[in-house]
Amino acid sequence: MEIQVMANVLDRNDQIAAEINARISSYGIFTVNLLGSPGSGKTSLLEQTIKALNKELRIAVIEGDLFTSKDADRIACYQVPVVQINTSGGCHLDASMVKGALDKLDLSALDLLIIENVGNLVCTAEFNVGEDAKATVLSVTEGEDKPLKYPLIFKQSRIVVLNKIDLLSYTGFNMEAAIEDLSCLNPQSVLVAASCRNGDGLEVWYDWLRGQVASKKGSKP
Amino acid sequence: MHEMAIAQGILDIALDNAERHGAKKISRIRLLIGKMTGVEPESLHFCFSALAAGTKASEAELDIVILPLIGCCRDCGREFPIEAMRFFCPACSSAEVEIISGRELRVEYLEVE
Repeated sequence: MEIQVMANVLDRNDQIAAEINARISSYGIFTVNLLGSPGSGKTSLLEQTIKALNKELRIAVIEGDLFTSKDADRIACYQVPVVQINTSGGCHLDASMVKGALDKLDLSALDLLIIENVGNLVCTAEFNVGEDAKATVLSVTEGEDKPLKYPLIFKQSRIVVLNKIDLLSYTGFNMEAAIEDLSCLNPQSVLVAASCRNGDGLEVWYDWLRGQVASKKGSKP
Repeated sequence: MHEMAIAQGILDIALDNAERHGAKKISRIRLLIGKMTGVEPESLHFCFSALAAGTKASEAELDIVILPLIGCCRDCGREFPIEAMRFFCPACSSAEVEIISGRELRVEYLEVE
């Protein structure tokens, strides 16, 4: 006997993600799913962002990590609410993990929620966690071939931060090729060339966040 | 290895549907997987067989159909295969291209006994 099914495998995750988004949207909070390879600079970008915007925006962080709380400990130094999720070896966050973490935050006191995902360019791209936008950090030390090697994550990102440009002259990174590939793959995405070490270029990222937070607040139901 | 989570999703859908139709055994699961998904079929087979052991799907064959990456231009309506990850319309050069095939992760049908 044949049973017609036509069911999306990720439906369950997507339903929970939609519930999360409805919940955070009811508070007018803008939520970013921060993605990138291990060591690309996601946590450094977070640290810089909190330092730059903490006085004007109420920020909270959800930290995804396989086993440790090293990143959450780094963020906690900046006196912002931070919730750690340990995936116990799991290569990505999923919506149900984030749903549990949300209960530990006071959503009425937030403008911006940043969810730092597990360092991974493949798995994290398939699982929505209720975010408004995905942002990917790509560092120049990883090589310019990454957008075409891992197209899904870059296709789904509204903004890509090209990090570690202070190291550009020490690498063979071809900036022109990287920008060309990213623009063909995702013509609507915003590209930011920056250094999270010395802060160069990050104003563009901050302005993007400010704009997204303001428009999310404006659309609060 | 997110194929483990995907395989669990497939198994849940298959067992749930088999249960509702009173089936004793699942012999085949037809999957539609788009070219632009991060799923490695070999790894999916491996994860699925590990998870399905001891269930009605333990002998089920995963029949995977890979669907091509196709775009549709929002400006001129042209449908075209996307090659080399270039998301521009070949007819009018518009960058407003919607993916209409290639992102599927779907159980199409089951064969049961």
